Amino acid sequence: MNAPAKFETTLKDWETDQEVRWCPGCGDYAILKAVQRTLPQLGADPSNTCFISGIGCSSRFPYYMETYGFHTIHGRAPAVATGVKLANPDLDIWLVTGDGDGLSIGGNHMMHVLRRNVNMQIMLFNNEIYGLTKGQSSPTSREGTKSPSTPIGSFDHPANPCAFALGAGARFVGRGFDVSKNLPDVLKAAHAHQGAAFIEIFQNCIVYNKDVFNDFAAPKGAGDRQLWLENGKPMLFGDPKAGFDKGIALDRDTLTLKVVEATEENWEEAGVLVHDQTDRTIAHLLIEMPFGPFPMALGVLYDDPRPTFETAVIEERAKSAAGKEANLAKLLGKGQTWTVEPSEGHPTD
Amino acid sequence: MATQAKDTPQDTAPDSVVVRFAGDSGDGMQLTGGQFTLSTALAGNDLATFPDFPAEIRAPQGTLFGVSAFQINFGSREINTAGDAPDVLVAMNPAGLKVNLDALKPGGLIIIDTGEFTKRNLDKAKYDVSPLEDDSLAKWDVLAFDISALTVEAVKPFGLGNKDALRCKNMWTLGLALWMFDRERGPLEDWLKNKFKNKPEIADANIAALNAGHAYGETAELSGPLQKLHIDPVEAEPGLYRTITGAEAISLGLVAGAQLAELPMFFGGYPITPASAILHHLARLKEFGVTTFQAEDEIAAICAAIGASYAGQLGITSSSGPGIALKGEAMGLAIMTELPLVIVNSQRGGPSTGLPTKTEQSDLYQAMYGRNGDAPMPIVSACSPGDAFEVAIEACRIATQYMTPVMLLTDGYIANAAEPWKVPDPDTFEPFPAKFLTEKNGEELLPYKRDSKGARPWIKPGTPDLMHRIGGIEKAVDTGHIDYAPDNHQAMTDARVNKVLNVEVPDQEIAAGEAGGKLVVVGWGSTYGPIRRAVDNSRAKGMDVSHIHVRHIWPLPKNLGDLLNSYDNVLVPEMNTGQFKTVLRDQFLVDAKPLTKTSGQPFSIVEMEEAIDKYFDGIPDNEGGQVEVNDTQLPSSEQ
Repeated sequence: MNAPAKFETTLKDWETDQEVRWCPGCGDYAILKAVQRTLPQLGADPSNTCFISGIGCSSRFPYYMETYGFHTIHGRAPAVATGVKLANPDLDIWLVTGDGDGLSIGGNHMMHVLRRNVNMQIMLFNNEIYGLTKGQSSPTSREGTKSPSTPIGSFDHPANPCAFALGAGARFVGRGFDVSKNLPDVLKAAHAHQGAAFIEIFQNCIVYNKDVFNDFAAPKGAGDRQLWLENGKPMLFGDPKAGFDKGIALDRDTLTLKVVEATEENWEEAGVLVHDQTDRTIAHLLIEMPFGPFPMALGVLYDDPRPTFETAVIEERAKSAAGKEANLAKLLGKGQTWTVEPSEGHPTD
Repeated sequence: MATQAKDTPQDTAPDSVVVRFAGDSGDGMQLTGGQFTLSTALAGNDLATFPDFPAEIRAPQGTLFGVSAFQINFGSREINTAGDAPDVLVAMNPAGLKVNLDALKPGGLIIIDTGEFTKRNLDKAKYDVSPLEDDSLAKWDVLAFDISALTVEAVKPFGLGNKDALRCKNMWTLGLALWMFDRERGPLEDWLKNKFKNKPEIADANIAALNAGHAYGETAELSGPLQKLHIDPVEAEPGLYRTITGAEAISLGLVAGAQLAELPMFFGGYPITPASAILHHLARLKEFGVTTFQAEDEIAAICAAIGASYAGQLGITSSSGPGIALKGEAMGLAIMTELPLVIVNSQRGGPSTGLPTKTEQSDLYQAMYGRNGDAPMPIVSACSPGDAFEVAIEACRIATQYMTPVMLLTDGYIANAAEPWKVPDPDTFEPFPAKFLTEKNGEELLPYKRDSKGARPWIKPGTPDLMHRIGGIEKAVDTGHIDYAPDNHQAMTDARVNKVLNVEVPDQEIAAGEAGGKLVVVGWGSTYGPIRRAVDNSRAKGMDVSHIHVRHIWPLPKNLGDLLNSYDNVLVPEMNTGQFKTVLRDQFLVDAKPLTKTSGQPFSIVEMEEAIDKYFDGIPDNEGGQVEVNDTQLPSSEQ
């Protein structure tokens, strides 16, 4: 997005010589590959790309990317990244965080990077657990999650990352999961978006929260449980080979969504919604759709750019400096001054 | 300190005078004080000020805790402090009188606005009987008259409402003060015209009030205790001068430092008293390549500054004690990633919220030791508003030359106090341009390969083909890869400690006196003024006492240990419970004794002199000690 010149690279060019230290089978491997596959397709320049992360399993990500990388401190990556972007707006910044890093200790910074709309891609790996500290429940853990810190089950209500992002003022909200073949498309859309692009990526922690997303991420029956949103296309799901059999419609009396029987042929009569990615209200409803009665909404849920923070900062700086001379001597001697003469001088103005 | 006693013949002018303006926080006392300061500076006197105001923005009118005061000490000799006890107290209301009366020198002059001494205001100030009607003010000269009514009368031709008319009271009072000290009114008139250029009638009314106050002085001189007093200009080095507060000086010093390093500046801040003034100043200096970022919290402010430094700018953050505490972990990140960063700490009183608007030096331990792990950081301290300028440049130099965060310690007193400042010529500053690595520094890139100073290269993201990763995890020597190996952590810990220990700092100079002798008073930070004056006074009386004032708190000057050991006694006055004393004992095994004070107020000269006297009174085993809390200085307005 920032470097118009397309750069020729392959997946290999984005790999570092560092040994990857995630647990075998971790969903992070799939996400890493998805990112390394996506960047060549974007024509991105490794020298102009910067991965910035907080603390946690996901935040080791920068070490495995042959780009500039900054592994910061717990929860603070959005703040560091904001400083980097303001200092060099041309850099292409990818933020890597997790549910604990981004929504618990760093929830405040996440809110502000989104509302300010600093131009970067924010990948939140949601595994609904603290992995690196050995399995405590996290702010996205479902109620009843048994963990070392919640031996008989957690009892606090989980946060919905995409709802948080939208509520904080995000102008791009996307969702995918680690092994999904569609993940690169969501990343590309996020990259194309000018501004803070928030992507929740469901990630399987095979050690502490194994297969917790299987109810919708498992390949078997995926069509019935995943609603992949495409701008301008009807919200249909079910078996794609059979031309779908269900759709999402709006119940105009209760202002809620409902599942209706629909196919590629009759979706219009059935009242199936067409995805308008700039519709903030529908985006809210899609994000809040309870899984079970509804499928999991995935893809680009919301994308409606507005001017970025760094652009505003540059404009403000120019406006503030307009017509002023950067003369240090004059600055130091500003205001009412007086001169002491070398001789027996009496001060004058 | 004024030397004029009540019975001094009026033809021998004192060499200094202390004036305190006190009134309700809505009376414009800080503005009056500020303008009086400017006129004093323009008259060529040396000066020091002490603004003292409540933590509340609009405290209830007329109450004791809503009193705002401004003290100025000015003279025809060098002035080091805002003065121990005022010679003149201007009390704009009963609360202002009550809160400040004890500080006034016996025989001093009180100017009172009787128009405010109503039953209601007396009640609010908890006076049963008006002090104007009993003999409680007998030991002072009192000049009481209805300033309110005189002001209203003076501004009548301008058609202001009663409320607006009364707001000109402070200018009337200032007019009288200008007359008392033989000052020009011209600059004040210019300032008023400029300030109210869109409301000329307000400007005219204020000027009329100013003139009326001035004229009143001429008339009153004939009958009462009021005397015109001319203080000669101080002998000063030739050059261009202005007044400057510590917050302004630090801002300008940081701008100069960034320019000398040839870097754009990124300033991340979060509002906090008394540090916010620096953010406010810098926000108006964008033409110097300054970006200011008001972050969502203290942690984000420092983290954004670290991000900017990583990307090749000079990252700076600023706060006060509680905010500095929040920044601690991020300072560790800057230490670990070895990025330049300047952290300004405008210290205030107490732990937690403590005393937000009062001064203290109690964050020294926090600066030295307040981080997890062995996390050394250079520390520099400012001793006066003017000095803060140079110290800010020094902080930028060390940060960029050594690739390290640097802590600059200043305090609430320095931040708000003003003094005359000889405007420096930027051409005389030594530039220290920052260098960036643009090509591989070996077969492979070595982001942690150190130069002769121990500094690693600064590599901007975006530089072609120098991709690398940094972070808070322990780094391998040279390559910077993650490395937890025991010998590597030992090597990197040593490298970080030694880099900071080897920061080049100038040898310690002696502020007054000479090496060796019976006693040295060792200070740092804003205790400079009272120590300097007290040592000068004691030396004038023939005492063998010297003054050493330390700017470089870490690393300490190489010669400091030998220097301290050349004296029989070492006394360390501090506005804390003895923090620097402990550092000196630890570093030099010197038997330093503390002189401590934590009342939220600066030391007075008398307190220093008394502590020095003990060493010459034959008192055995003098252990320093704690200064007794007293009311002779600006009292806390929060009662």
